[in-house]
Amino acid sequence: MKVLVPVKRVVDYNVKIRVKADGSGVETANVKMSMNPFDEIAVEQAVRLKEAGAAEEVVAVSIGPQQAQETIRTALAMGADRGIHIKHDGEVEPLAVAKLLKAVVEKEGPELVLTGKQAIDDDCNQTGQMLAALLGWAQGTFASKLEIADGGAKVTREVDGGLETIQLKLPAIVSVDLRLNEPRYASLPNIMKAKKKPIDAHEPADFGVDPTPRLKTVKVSEPPPRQGGIKVESVDELVEKLKTEAKVI
Amino acid sequence: MSNLVIAEFAGDEIWSATLNTVAAAKEIGGDIHVALIGTDCDAAAAAAAKIEGVSKVLVCDDPAFTHQMAEAVAPKIAELAATYSHVLAPADTFGKNIMPRAAALLDVQQISDISAVVGPTSFERPIYAGNALAVVESAEKINVITVRMTSFEAVAAEGGSAEIEKVGGAEAQELSSFVGAEMTESERPDLATAKIVVSGGRGMGSGENFAILETLADKLGAAVGASRAAVDAGFVPNDYQVGQTGKVIAPDLYIAVGISGAIQHLAGMKDSKTIVAINKDDEAPIFQVADYGLVADLFDAVPELEKKLG
Repeated sequence: MKVLVPVKRVVDYNVKIRVKADGSGVETANVKMSMNPFDEIAVEQAVRLKEAGAAEEVVAVSIGPQQAQETIRTALAMGADRGIHIKHDGEVEPLAVAKLLKAVVEKEGPELVLTGKQAIDDDCNQTGQMLAALLGWAQGTFASKLEIADGGAKVTREVDGGLETIQLKLPAIVSVDLRLNEPRYASLPNIMKAKKKPIDAHEPADFGVDPTPRLKTVKVSEPPPRQGGIKVESVDELVEKLKTEAKVI
Repeated sequence: MSNLVIAEFAGDEIWSATLNTVAAAKEIGGDIHVALIGTDCDAAAAAAAKIEGVSKVLVCDDPAFTHQMAEAVAPKIAELAATYSHVLAPADTFGKNIMPRAAALLDVQQISDISAVVGPTSFERPIYAGNALAVVESAEKINVITVRMTSFEAVAAEGGSAEIEKVGGAEAQELSSFVGAEMTESERPDLATAKIVVSGGRGMGSGENFAILETLADKLGAAVGASRAAVDAGFVPNDYQVGQTGKVIAPDLYIAVGISGAIQHLAGMKDSKTIVAINKDDEAPIFQVADYGLVADLFDAVPELEKKLG
């Protein structure tokens, strides 16, 4: 089985983001960038499938600027076998990503696509589901457990109020949630080895997909800051304030 | 303008998330129809017909829709959407699962998790875990939208008298099947909609220690939540998690106990009306957003608070 893992280059999750002064977006120049944390979990899961003998090859694909190749290298250092880079500067929306991935899937023929459930920049949570729709494949979103057996995938999903388990026919798309695994750190020898692994370079036009965004971002602003309150000295004072000032109990 | 709201329901009950979603549709303006896609929907349809502001309820009742698998439901939504300008669902795990699949079938770029309606085709949505707000303008033929529930006050569940129309079912699908569910059982209110929430963090030290929060929560009629740190430490199940990667909530009163206040946690609760923080570290970032901060050992303060609420 071949596993395809789309990875996105995003502002590192530890960075406190800054909105550009002209309101056109969020500052990404000279900001630390990393692989989307949910995608890291997807890569980890794919590599574990390979280590367990359930997958033969893991292919990482990224759509983004030239530097997205660094994100692919990270996936290769974690254990992916090769990369595909679709070079595109500027914003790209989930629908366009799904269309590009569909073209890659048709070329590569994976039986499983493992994606992060959402990217921590645009917080859309759409790409996996859209790709499943375009391919007419089964989808298992927000996976906290994944078992591959008998030509199918058994997926435990994190849903509101608990867990749900579903059975998918392969090929399928599985979008991963936080608790599926804990991604490994790449070792230095593996980082060195990753430099020699191949990355195919493409452009959206190679796949006949127009990546122009459908939605127009009119303005990006900072949310109004929440005013800090006061410190109370005792539980008695707290109860008093909640009753008479905040009137919430 | 015409809005179709995809209802979330179980048995004879329409979930409150649907009422928040109808509220968003109301701000967009125009007719509001509600679609129920499932099995044995009659009682829920009767309940949906009473929702304030709804003029029509579409019922798609078919065994193929059992457990509302995305592979069956999304094509139905795409089919129904053809005559509407806006199709909306709540941005919870129900809506997040099915709506992008429907949007792709319609060749439409979905607008996720809107927090405000700026105009009929212009919406505000949080990005970067709510650390920035984007206003987006859509020129799509159909606006497929998921709605952040906490940003729209629920419409009344009673008072309307919509007509109920049965529409066709679906082809059976064989891509996916339901195996089972393990729902966290609780006598307490639902975390997502509770008026009061008591949450614990890593400072709780263990899962057993959550008992003191539960006692406090029961006194207040509150739900119990947790930070990601507490979930990752294995103190409580993941569905307790409040934050960017868990639930985004906005209760009237949020009591954060032993929670330091990581950005990822604040993203999930900073819209609460009143925030109380109890932490022994007076430098904890949670105090910067708390209306009332108490620097104290939680193992003394929480039982005392519980007693004094008496």
